[in-house]
Amino acid sequence: MIPTSQSFKANAHEALQDTYLQKALDNMRAGFPAKRLDAISRLPEFEDLRDQAKDIKDHTLAHLDWYLERYERNVVASGGHVHWARTAGEARDIVLQICRRLGARSVTKGKSMIGEEIALNDHLEANGIVPVETDLGEYIIQLRHEAPSHIIAPAIHLVKEQVEHTFREVHTALDPKRVLDEPRSLVAEARQILREKFLAADVGVTGANFLIAETGTSVIVTNEGNGDLTQLLPKAHIVLASLEKIVPTLEDAAAIIRVLARSATGQDMSVYTTFSTGPRRPDDLDGPGEYHVVLLDNGRSALLGTEFQDMLRCIRCGACMNHCPVYGAVGGHAYGWVYPGPMGAVLTPSLIGIETAKHLPNASTFCGKCESVCPMKIPLPKMMRHYREREWQKKLSPPAARIGLGLWAFLARRPLLYHWAAGLAARVLGLLGRRQGSFYNLPLAGGWTRTRDMPAPQGKTFQQMWSERRAGKTA
Amino acid sequence: MTTAREQILGDIRKSLRGDAALPADDAAKLEQRLSNHPAGLIPRRSDGRDRAGLTALFEQQAKLVETSVRRIASLADVPAAVAEYLSSQNLPAGATVAPDKLLDQVPWSERPMLRLRRGKPEPTDQVGVSVAFQAIAETGTLMLLSGAESPSTLNFLPDTHIVILPKSRIVGPMEEALRRLRDWRQAASAGMPRTVNFITGPSRTADIEQKIEMGAHGPRRQHILIVEDDRLA
Repeated sequence: MIPTSQSFKANAHEALQDTYLQKALDNMRAGFPAKRLDAISRLPEFEDLRDQAKDIKDHTLAHLDWYLERYERNVVASGGHVHWARTAGEARDIVLQICRRLGARSVTKGKSMIGEEIALNDHLEANGIVPVETDLGEYIIQLRHEAPSHIIAPAIHLVKEQVEHTFREVHTALDPKRVLDEPRSLVAEARQILREKFLAADVGVTGANFLIAETGTSVIVTNEGNGDLTQLLPKAHIVLASLEKIVPTLEDAAAIIRVLARSATGQDMSVYTTFSTGPRRPDDLDGPGEYHVVLLDNGRSALLGTEFQDMLRCIRCGACMNHCPVYGAVGGHAYGWVYPGPMGAVLTPSLIGIETAKHLPNASTFCGKCESVCPMKIPLPKMMRHYREREWQKKLSPPAARIGLGLWAFLARRPLLYHWAAGLAARVLGLLGRRQGSFYNLPLAGGWTRTRDMPAPQGKTFQQMWSERRAGKTA
Repeated sequence: MTTAREQILGDIRKSLRGDAALPADDAAKLEQRLSNHPAGLIPRRSDGRDRAGLTALFEQQAKLVETSVRRIASLADVPAAVAEYLSSQNLPAGATVAPDKLLDQVPWSERPMLRLRRGKPEPTDQVGVSVAFQAIAETGTLMLLSGAESPSTLNFLPDTHIVILPKSRIVGPMEEALRRLRDWRQAASAGMPRTVNFITGPSRTADIEQKIEMGAHGPRRQHILIVEDDRLA
């Protein structure tokens, strides 16, 4: 998809005016954080489990090449195939080639953020193959030609009336007088429609929450069971995974699974955690005849060994966006690409460049909530700060900010001059604002006074008051 | 021409170690970590429980995820328990049953009204009966393996999933279930099964307005029959 991260400010402004979106975001803010808190309060070891999960991923990333080779060897040993893709384009073409070889006409898809990242649906469609999203949220947004607005709840920006409208528009073979006013009836209708699609599909594509080096296994975690029907019924199962999904052993996967669902939806375990290894065995009664893994780099190997390596620990639980005041106000689409919220504010510039995504690391109040709820303890605010530095170094920030900050830096490096200038400003503003106590508007501070008053200084700087008080005490 | 594989692995090496190969010592340590596959921190929730304690915890956790549980004394009680459950849910008396050897011992003929078929499910089948390989008390989770006796589609296609669980198969944490999988593989000299399903409750979704609805794509109801007969492995 073509990023619109460049217009984050306009996107955010629009989002704030969207009443449907604001109602949907109310639902989200009321839901996810409370459920997470409830789940972790029932598990006294949660903090230690976070540390452990972080350590496992750090260990794996430090030896990623070794574990990837071992993983590949074990996939092949169990009868599967591994395809390496440097770019989104390579990954798309690998999937298309497999589909073509099998004469595939329709492809079911479990939820996959890598599928979004490589824009697989558009590519398949352009080549005459029908992709069908089967996760309910993904199905809804596919029908609406929208991108996901959340990494685990892709249709969280919608209210049920919008879903009803879409279903009536698309499911024209059904009785137009049917009642569709509750989530229950909407879910039932999607189940009925998608059941046919599952049975008709030639190829099933899923993502992966983990790849296990020891056994060559891919793991998906879902609540609906769509990922399982997607991989069990067709002729071939294709797994889309980025290369940092590796963990060493089954036990390592189990350890991280303990923090995943609790951080995401507040469940102890998601309903379906599925370990898939190779194609169906000769004696098996069902399962896919072929098993393929597309291993995507797309800029990730370049993050290793840099200040952004920690981002590769991310397990895509969504806790950071569920707790983010900025995401909670504007939703996911404003971020303009695949990954929204705090993790997107770091991952998006990493994958598509700070030039295109420069607004995202700035779309943060640095309240630190994202880092405090991240099960993998990723220092998201610190990394956003690093991207702000890069933005500055590359001279991408707006001229007014550059001049202002340049002036401030000039003064800050000259303490005497700084104190004198600050003292002067405090005195002048104090005199000017004495009568009102605040300013309705102020030159050069329009961004502040447009939405609120600026309190007038009292006439002295903090430093001046501090030294006066100290002098008073010693006297 | 460099292949994608060579280039990606090369880029990773360069980023991690400036192109140097992994020292032999380090590689040996990684090998050892894989062969020891250490289990990490295990929550105390399922600690120090005997079989009765694990069964009680499993039942409690399974009910929290909207699963219904019934205890029966032996495999001889399975036909009646299945028939009674189906009738309590107003479902027709029929089911597709996994061709698991354990269920060969079930006296199905005692319930002639129950229409049964052994094998993998057809898309229109309403009820599936499977056997759990293990169950995890910590989270109320069932573990099922694919194989000649256990089609995985049976866990997903039918609307109603009934799972037979011998009490001896209930363990505390997931790590213990994985250990038993390793033991089973060793005994059978087998690799991983194609599919290992960890199932915690019936299918659900909250994709519309965060409201939880059961039966998104998989079964909308799950019923577990715990068989208390201690002679069953």
